[in-house]
Amino acid sequence: MSNAVGHGASVRIDSCGKTFADGTRALERASLDIARGETMVLLGPSGCGKTTMLRIIAGLEVPDAPGLVLFDGEDMTSVPIERRNVGMVFQSYALFPNMSVADNIGYGLKIRGVPGAERAKRIAELVELTNISGLEKRRIDQLSGGQRQRVALARAVAIRPKILLLDEPLTALDAALRERLRGELNRLLRALGITTIYVTHDQAEAMELGDRIVVMSKGRIAQIGAPRDIYFAPTSRFVAEFIGAANIVEAPIADGHMVLPGGRQPVDGITDASQVIAMIRPETIAVVDAASAGVAGVVVQVSFVGDRQRLTVSGVSDKPIMVDAPNTLSVRIGERVGLSIAPKAVRLLPADN
Amino acid sequence: MRDRLIFAGQLAFTLVVAAFLVVPAGLSMAAGVTVSYFRGIQSGLTLNWVAQVWELYAGTILLSFVIAFATLVVTLAAGVPAAYALHVRGGRLSRAIEEIITLPLAVPGLAIALALLLTYGGFGDFRRSWLFILTGHVIFTMPFMVRSVMAVFATVDIRTLDEGAASLGASAPRRFRDVIVPNAMPGILAGSLMVVTLSLGEFNLTWMLHTPLTKTLPIGLADSYASMRLEVASAYTLIFFVMIIPLLVAMQMLADGKGSR
Repeated sequence: MSNAVGHGASVRIDSCGKTFADGTRALERASLDIARGETMVLLGPSGCGKTTMLRIIAGLEVPDAPGLVLFDGEDMTSVPIERRNVGMVFQSYALFPNMSVADNIGYGLKIRGVPGAERAKRIAELVELTNISGLEKRRIDQLSGGQRQRVALARAVAIRPKILLLDEPLTALDAALRERLRGELNRLLRALGITTIYVTHDQAEAMELGDRIVVMSKGRIAQIGAPRDIYFAPTSRFVAEFIGAANIVEAPIADGHMVLPGGRQPVDGITDASQVIAMIRPETIAVVDAASAGVAGVVVQVSFVGDRQRLTVSGVSDKPIMVDAPNTLSVRIGERVGLSIAPKAVRLLPADN
Repeated sequence: MRDRLIFAGQLAFTLVVAAFLVVPAGLSMAAGVTVSYFRGIQSGLTLNWVAQVWELYAGTILLSFVIAFATLVVTLAAGVPAAYALHVRGGRLSRAIEEIITLPLAVPGLAIALALLLTYGGFGDFRRSWLFILTGHVIFTMPFMVRSVMAVFATVDIRTLDEGAASLGASAPRRFRDVIVPNAMPGILAGSLMVVTLSLGEFNLTWMLHTPLTKTLPIGLADSYASMRLEVASAYTLIFFVMIIPLLVAMQMLADGKGSR
């Protein structure tokens, strides 16, 4: 997935924390390496410190001592944003209402003293690239949300930044548009190949766009990894529950089996334990005949969502288990069903700390 | 039918109220061109009084405009950056400074004038020059400029716009020129309108601060009411209206034109 011929700079954040003037600790000391050309997504619920981390990289916040921000190994910690050569897309877009679309896109070039003709050529390229032809002379308040988002992106990349920073760029849009723009954005980022740092609270965005994802919680980095690693091999209960749907099961293990109220479930890699915490994704569970299954329970709820149906099965564990079944399966509330779960689909998590 | 009656009633009421306010102003202006106010308009019309006012008080009128525009220049140069700084910094200190700037709205003009006299009265040259009045006017009008600019900053999220411009490489002075000022324009124009009109009409402070050689238009007006024929004072009012109304209309049009963008 990663673009091997990426332009742009590598980013290194070295033990950067942030305490605001009022004493709020927004970010615990964290270190992070982002490779040249990589798309790194900072993902987490609101207040987890992801935006603070982005603003530290941007140069809009200064990290607490002794934190360092390095671009291509060069110390940028005390360099203000206007001299970092980063492109930034803000959640509210921050488009200038006093300028036309073209003037917004060309502003960074104008600041850099790019002559008018060359500027016009670059603006035309970006208008083409971001699919906003015909809007060049419009004022910002005449644009729709999706158009504004494109203009903001065009403006940020016009200056050929070494690093592109995006702060929840799709959050202000409605769901359908968000999904479409996500795909477009993905193609664009791959085409540009510049180092990208993308902040979002939306896991679908993170999965689709990120080469790697940094999951954050309460000002700390909870896990760093490729989308598949984060999804299939979460290292904590927080990550397991935050990304996708997850059943968290607590039970003792005997003879390589989890001992559950609804039966015995084989697991990999451990034979005996007094108590473990395990994650099982709903889509890894298959519904089978109750008589032949290792574990069984009673269906208490059926939610049909079109492409699949989500069953809630009680009696298997101490909490009801979510199961994603094919939409063709015929199942009634109150019916007793067996659950078939591959041993490797049971993911053991460390105990909560 | 009933709606029409209600409409007619409302219209009549509005016109009566408007007349209540406008008629005295009209009468006063008419008196300024009447040969004898006591004999009424039958005594004939004349521009003598106007000419007499011009002869006696042209200096005060000129000085008023000089002071009004100087006040505008100072409040713009100091007030707009101050409003920006107060908005961006936020916090308790900013709140306190904002309150202090706003204080002259609550403190009587006479008290401010007295404080200025006590503090700077000893500086003879300053005390005698029109700059002394300018100081008073700046203190009095500054809150109107700062407040109206800050009100705009609060609605356009100027901080993010500023960060956006910074991310594109613009230095602080450049951002101020390209992004902050243009987007604060409605507030700057509204503030300017208030500053100029308040300065032109200011009496309390100016009355305390003026010297025989630094009289402004309202001081001259009071002077003429006190010591001249009523017709002269009325002619003065007329001149005041003729000068300030086109100015007000022009600035209002400018503000509307910018504001609707």
